[in-house]
Amino acid sequence: MSLFFNILIDGIAYGMILFMIAVGLSVTMGLMRVINLAHGGFALVGGAVAHWLMVAQSMSFWVAAPLGVAASVALAWPLERLIYRRIYGFGDLQQVLATIGLTFLMIATVNRLLGSTLLALPLPELLAQSVDLGFRTLPLHRLVVIGVGLAVIAGLWLLIDRTRFGIRLRAAVDNRSAASAIGINTGLIYSATFCLGAGLAALGGILGAEMLPIEAYYPLRYMVLFLIVVAVGGMGSISGSFAAALGLGILDTATRYLVPDFGTIFFYGCIILFLALRPNGLWGRTA
Amino acid sequence: MTRVTGLRVRGLNKNFGGLTVAQDINIDLPPGARTALIGPNGAGKTTFSNLITGILTPSAGEITLNGQDLRALNEAQRVKAGVAKTFQITTLFRDLTVRQNLRLAQQERDGRAQSWFRRADSWPEAEDEIDAQLAAFRLLDLEEMRVDDLAYGQQRLVEMAMTLMLKPRVLILDEPAAGVPSSDSHLITDAIERLPDDLAVLIIEHDMKLVFQVASSIIVLVNGAILTQGSPDEIAANQQVRDLYLGGHHD
Amino acid sequence: MSDTTLTPKRTRTIAGIPFLGEAILIAVVIGAYFLFPYNLAFLTRILIMVLLVLSLDLVLGFAGIATLGQAAMYGPGAYAAGLFAVHVSGAPLPGLVVGAVAGAALAFLSGLVLMRAKGLTLIMLTIAVASICLEIANKARDVTGGADGLRGIRMEPVAGLFEFDFIGKTAYWYVFVVVFVVFLLLKRLANAPLGQSLRGIHESPERMAAIGAPVYRRLVLAYTLGGGIAGIAGALAAQVTQLVSLEVYSFNLSAEALIMLILGGTGRLYGAIIGTVIFMTVHHVAAAADPFNWLFLIGFMVLGVVFCLPKGLAHLPTALTRLVRGRA
Repeated sequence: MSLFFNILIDGIAYGMILFMIAVGLSVTMGLMRVINLAHGGFALVGGAVAHWLMVAQSMSFWVAAPLGVAASVALAWPLERLIYRRIYGFGDLQQVLATIGLTFLMIATVNRLLGSTLLALPLPELLAQSVDLGFRTLPLHRLVVIGVGLAVIAGLWLLIDRTRFGIRLRAAVDNRSAASAIGINTGLIYSATFCLGAGLAALGGILGAEMLPIEAYYPLRYMVLFLIVVAVGGMGSISGSFAAALGLGILDTATRYLVPDFGTIFFYGCIILFLALRPNGLWGRTA
Repeated sequence: MTRVTGLRVRGLNKNFGGLTVAQDINIDLPPGARTALIGPNGAGKTTFSNLITGILTPSAGEITLNGQDLRALNEAQRVKAGVAKTFQITTLFRDLTVRQNLRLAQQERDGRAQSWFRRADSWPEAEDEIDAQLAAFRLLDLEEMRVDDLAYGQQRLVEMAMTLMLKPRVLILDEPAAGVPSSDSHLITDAIERLPDDLAVLIIEHDMKLVFQVASSIIVLVNGAILTQGSPDEIAANQQVRDLYLGGHHD
Repeated sequence: MSDTTLTPKRTRTIAGIPFLGEAILIAVVIGAYFLFPYNLAFLTRILIMVLLVLSLDLVLGFAGIATLGQAAMYGPGAYAAGLFAVHVSGAPLPGLVVGAVAGAALAFLSGLVLMRAKGLTLIMLTIAVASICLEIANKARDVTGGADGLRGIRMEPVAGLFEFDFIGKTAYWYVFVVVFVVFLLLKRLANAPLGQSLRGIHESPERMAAIGAPVYRRLVLAYTLGGGIAGIAGALAAQVTQLVSLEVYSFNLSAEALIMLILGGTGRLYGAIIGTVIFMTVHHVAAAADPFNWLFLIGFMVLGVVFCLPKGLAHLPTALTRLVRGRA
């Protein structure tokens, strides 16, 4: 019972992290039709900047984390304007290559400035505590992650469903040319969406550093994981990403606990089986 | 024993959810038929063609070719059985030459497409046959051109010539003249008139001039069902059809 | 009907001279042997990489299968040939066959699932297959040596005649002959009906289905053939370096193979060779100068290719000719 409970809490927290990082990837793929292998790089940049601020500048976690997110957004904006905008019209492979190139540049930069060692993000005392639920104790960090994850999906829902930006975004995802024909500034929507995705990835990277440790090769190491969330959830679907991230988070955690020796094999096996049966994901649009 | 009855369609139905896009369609295309399928946009002409070629699966009804049931066959298998179509929007291998396009269809037909060592152009009889086909479509001068570099009317001819390489018994021409400038449309009409005599041809077309020029029988499809069918004269005299097309392409 | 006679069909040659490409290739290989006698190991690595990239050209350049997991077939070839040498026989040529079969078998099995997917899903699944293979090789420590690598490979003379030497002369020629034979076979394939039909599938799978081609089965076939060739490349690497490490399955290997192919140009075979040679040489020189900046260089190189040379170096002459002649 306690094992089951641990798997559930860890799995959900892990799933929330995956969701925060992958949701931007999913939306940019659905909207701009760009296969962005560099997306994990924004989580890396956020984590690396936060690490540097905390360790070298002795800032507190509460200041460094938002600054890390801001740094990632600040990088995403010019990249979208200068590089991504040009590759939207390219074929799959050209996009894959261009974004691999960007990934390498991000890795090389972090490697150059901070080295290839683990970039620790020590949790503040408040988050490192345990909470007593009466029948068991839990690390507060897990609960905070789950809370933030829920807040993110609620915020995204409000944004998409209740704002003018959301209406335009949905119109653009449904039909790009029609949206720009009726006067929606799709360029601005692309930039804003891309930056939002990068910011959420940075947030996920910083909060999830305990589970997915930050280091220079982070974007390559977890690339498949993030892409799988998108593929299983269905490109462009926020709710799909959420369901997929939670499901995969729990599945991955469960296999690690229950069949530690063959966890990864079992995990990937399940994914391949799932995607073979449902190539467009849970409730994804056809590519 | 195979009966040479051509394509027989009986009681063909197709529903998408609650929407009926093909309703109790009965059609006979014996060898030599030149039948046109006309009707307003959304009448279900392309759906019908997709049901025959196997891109869509019918909800009910029979499709047989010379007595052979086609329903269990997929698209590629129906081509082998003798049903071929040209596309409404030209879909050729744009980076290949005219000759290579024809050869691709031919080698599939002859079952040598998996041969991997001999050069594709080293079957002399096959190359002669391609020459003949190119000549029949007056494409010999263009044989080494990339399809992408051809004018659109010429591409439509390549589309037809390539499909004919499959030696089909039933040929569906989906809007063969769509997008062809009117100065070139005689190329298409000529080509259709020169099609082999024993081939059953179904022409899906908007251009009434072309339809009345080449078809010996016309089927009018409205809302997924056959409104009427008959000879061109009968159709031209039909009041319902005249109402349908009033102010349309034909007067 | 016309009574045209059959005219001899044009053969694709460089500057109209038959086998000029092959002659240049042999000349370069011989020249490199005498110019860089102390770098034979590196030259041999280039040749092996050329073979892997050629296999990718068959899969991606010919058939249009977008993959980032070619290493998934290279790996089984390496492990199978390595294990064969350790446990069965040190004869190199049977080892190659074993490697080819292993690569083809993995490609066939995974291809049955992969070839139903397209676009992003396909790319991702190919990465996932390689990741699973890596994980299996890592866990099956008793068989593969896990993270320590498979050791104890001892090779007998090639065909019982040519002993492997310390400087790597035999290895160099052995690998070259294998790569050259595969290259010639691939050239045959490119101009044969199968190669043409794969190009057709690459351009328009829908149209191929409409002319009666069993598209899925043919994609599985192309993927399996590519897997066999990648397996041979892996087997050569295992035999020459006498070591198989988990790196054979690494994502970087697949990604770099793809970069080399795109750099040289897809679908041309010569593109695979040119791209590999340039990439590996730049890597060698840059890594020797400053290993930490290698990633910067490759990053910029990739972006440069994508933005300035989207079709790769091999398409440069065609592009220029067209520019000069103007389009019809």
